[in-house]
Amino acid sequence: MNTLLYTFHFYLFGLISIASAVAFVTRKSPVAAALWLVNTMFCLSALYVMLDAQFIGAVQVLVYAGAIMVVFLFVVMLLNLGQASDVTDMRGLGGRLTAGLVGLAMLAELFALSRIKFPRLTGAMGDHANVVNPISAPLFHEYLLPFEVTSVVLLVAVVGAVVLAKRGPGAS
Amino acid sequence: MLQDLAAAGSHPLADTAARYVGLLPLLPLAGFLVNGALSLMPAYKAGPADPSTAGHGHEASAHAGDARAGDAHAVTHGDEHGAVGDDHHVVARHKYAGVASVVGPLVLALSFGLAVMIWLAMAGAGEMTTPYVQTFFDWMVTGDLKISWAFQLDQLSMIMVLVITGVGTLIHIFSIGYMRDDPGYPRFFAYLNLFVAFMLVLVLGASYLVLFVGWEGVGLCSYLLIGFWFSEKANADAGKKAFIVNRIGDFGFLIAMFLLFANLGTLDFTSVAAAAPTLGYNSALVTTICLFFFLGCAGKSAQLPLYVWLPDAMAGPTPVSALIHAATMVTAGVYLIARSGVLFAMSPTACITVAVVGTLTALFAATIGLKQWDIKKVLAYSTISQLGYMFMGVGTGAYAAGMFHLITHAFFKALLFLGSGSVIYAMHAAYHHTGSHEDAQDMRNMGGLRKYMPVTFVLMWIATLAIAGVPPFSGFFSKDGILSAVFARAQHGALSEATWLGMPGSAVLYALYGLGLVTAFLTAIYMTRMMLYTFHGPNRTGEAEQAHLHEAPWSMTGPLVVLGVLSAVGGWLNLPVAIPLGPIGVLEKWLEPVVGAATVAVGGAVGEEVTNTEYGLIGAAVAIAILGIVVAVVKLRPAALVPKRDATPSHGFEQVLEDKYYVDEVYDDTIIKPLVSGSRNILWTGIDRGIIDSLFVNGSAVLARGVGWVGSQLQSGETGAYAWAIAIGALAVLGAFTFR
Amino acid sequence: MIAEALFFSAVLFTIGVVGVLTRRNAIIIFMCVELMLNAVNLSFIALSRLHGSANGQVFVLFVMTIAAAEAAVGLAIIISIFRHHKSVDLRNINLLKG
Repeated sequence: MNTLLYTFHFYLFGLISIASAVAFVTRKSPVAAALWLVNTMFCLSALYVMLDAQFIGAVQVLVYAGAIMVVFLFVVMLLNLGQASDVTDMRGLGGRLTAGLVGLAMLAELFALSRIKFPRLTGAMGDHANVVNPISAPLFHEYLLPFEVTSVVLLVAVVGAVVLAKRGPGAS
Repeated sequence: MLQDLAAAGSHPLADTAARYVGLLPLLPLAGFLVNGALSLMPAYKAGPADPSTAGHGHEASAHAGDARAGDAHAVTHGDEHGAVGDDHHVVARHKYAGVASVVGPLVLALSFGLAVMIWLAMAGAGEMTTPYVQTFFDWMVTGDLKISWAFQLDQLSMIMVLVITGVGTLIHIFSIGYMRDDPGYPRFFAYLNLFVAFMLVLVLGASYLVLFVGWEGVGLCSYLLIGFWFSEKANADAGKKAFIVNRIGDFGFLIAMFLLFANLGTLDFTSVAAAAPTLGYNSALVTTICLFFFLGCAGKSAQLPLYVWLPDAMAGPTPVSALIHAATMVTAGVYLIARSGVLFAMSPTACITVAVVGTLTALFAATIGLKQWDIKKVLAYSTISQLGYMFMGVGTGAYAAGMFHLITHAFFKALLFLGSGSVIYAMHAAYHHTGSHEDAQDMRNMGGLRKYMPVTFVLMWIATLAIAGVPPFSGFFSKDGILSAVFARAQHGALSEATWLGMPGSAVLYALYGLGLVTAFLTAIYMTRMMLYTFHGPNRTGEAEQAHLHEAPWSMTGPLVVLGVLSAVGGWLNLPVAIPLGPIGVLEKWLEPVVGAATVAVGGAVGEEVTNTEYGLIGAAVAIAILGIVVAVVKLRPAALVPKRDATPSHGFEQVLEDKYYVDEVYDDTIIKPLVSGSRNILWTGIDRGIIDSLFVNGSAVLARGVGWVGSQLQSGETGAYAWAIAIGALAVLGAFTFR
Repeated sequence: MIAEALFFSAVLFTIGVVGVLTRRNAIIIFMCVELMLNAVNLSFIALSRLHGSANGQVFVLFVMTIAAAEAAVGLAIIISIFRHHKSVDLRNINLLKG
């Protein structure tokens, strides 16, 4: 593998994802924001693949960008929130400045925490021929119980969503 | 435990009745439980159960301590008249009075019977040099401290047990009649039984700590019985006073025990006696221990300066005054010193201090007794005075003489108190019949009772002659024993060679002997005065009342007769060498294994031969006593007395004596008032309310409320605020990791 | 590449935090939360790569599942709030106040 090309693409996708994320948080229209977020997720998917997690990259596109974000857009449109509202949904200047300060401080702390020398990546991980095998083995052996429990969580969430979104008997 | 039993097995008393020694206090305790249960049951067939609301519809309750209490009583009494009328006996008597009158005295009689059996076994066992110790169980075992619940039987405790159970039985029988119509009848017997149980624990305990349990227990019972008619404040206050004053003494007792344990590592009598020489002869330590013990004795046995509770204790029923405040409990201090003879023998300073305090108390109380009008107050001060004599005896190492006076005093003072109880009973009955509210205890309202109560009159004269020291009655021998012992100690022995506060011990003891004689003179006067005013001269009770004055029932006079006989012949217990009317010094020989060594250590060996000095001493004592009686008869004019309501206040020194030297007032001004005001102004207002209440209590409440307010402001319910809080919290956590 | 991946992850996470703090539209805030989850996923993947173990990827799967459940419930809540207030403005959502 061409290391330079690999590095170039890695930085490319990383920077695009960050730029998309910045665009996402600064859009006033929820629809535009959601689309920028989808873009971020696509870039992240590319990064996953480059980090030898091809299966997760695929799932990222299918589940996150494809399913979850579509549901978001669906709700936005269902509630007719497509246009920016009359009153800004952005906080005042003080709030934004403070939030920026908090963000900077958090970033600084994260960097300070992650100042560990990581080894350069050598070689590839696992068997490229089979990208599902390395993840399915622990998922169905070591993590079988959590796996089953998450299915229960999903069921509960579905029931809860139905109950919450259903029009109550008293509602108009 | 097994070892103890094995050790006891070799003792001469091991297979005799003595092995049932544990039953001695258990029997009265069982009586207490039964009577206590009875007193908790609904008391009346009709009417309120609480004696405080029922009023005191009966004679005995009017025996309030002093004139003030008497006045207070008159009010409740009047109310009771309106409600109950003349048929008061039926209403006031307790439903279970019958059971209580059987159980209460019976357990005492059984206990006395057992005591006699043990005594016979002990007398039959021949020479018994070591005490019989029976261990029941380990009571406290922590570190070096090992306290067993053990009883010790020796000649000294045997004597005390016989006196307690014997006199106690008589007084219980007397109480059947005396308390007959009291609404709290079973309660009275419950307390009285409990008292005897604790008193037996006191004298039987094999260590200072077990003794202390009894010591505190009798204090509790004393408190309960002084305040037996607690619905009148004066009585309740008298109980409290006794309790609080005794705490001062108990403090001394505790300090002495701590010092003993710290230095000897044991509190058992036998071990202490064995280890005592390590404390050092006449060292500051042993003197300190002895003086702290004596502080305890001064509290319990009403010596200067802690005597003030005993006169007020007369607020209790008269049998209580007889049993607890004359015959047994107040003599516990004398017993304690005799028991600690080994320690006191090592400290001449402490010995002389005990003797000096005892003598001064005897003189002081005798002077007050000269001018009291309340018949029980006279006897109370007389008791304090006689206790002073006992301390004079044990202080000078004459333990046998001190114990001898303790025994005879138990006889004649119990007789005097019970006799005065009969008198008060009769007086009150008479006043009750006519609805008068006069003071039934004031001698100015008596007079000429000889005609109405001949049995009581004769018996009380016997007791009076005994306490005055007229031969051949018991008090003469015991008082003479003490006085001649003091005189002998002044001549030779360890005490005469010691110095006390820079004075030669010999001179101090001669002075004590002189004061003792003066006290004997005063004793004869005030006792004769009491008899003259009560039984002689014209009757001052009142025209209407005279018809109702009569002798008490046989259940009350019976015990008086027994005590009268004992008071008359009790002297034969311990005849001096100079008067060989029978076996010489029986009691002294009996107690010799217990206190003999200490007696010799303090007083030196006394020769058996009779000297002219001794005859002189006896002659002087007899002369003094007879002189006192003669002076009283010649000088006092019972005919000139007027009833209390017509009496004019006395003047000068008489008034000072009548008001008891104002000691209570002085204590009130110097100790109680500063203490109360200090507690109120500094401790209560300043520290408790100012600092603790406002700063700590309210302050922490304000702090909690402030923190709660801040917390409640955080819970705004706005989701954005929570998001901020989470972000800042995450920042803080990360910061904690970063700047770790 | 691990350090770079973690760097991107941190930046994305912080952007998500800032978004949550600055916006008042509940749906956008929700999406910011999704962004933060994605940033964490990136860390998982990178560290999984570093350790040569697929366990991190398994966790990413779990996170995605929970995110899906969360999206379902959260959007349902937003819908019912909108029905009540005719708005998804965060300032209207203060029912947590006791």
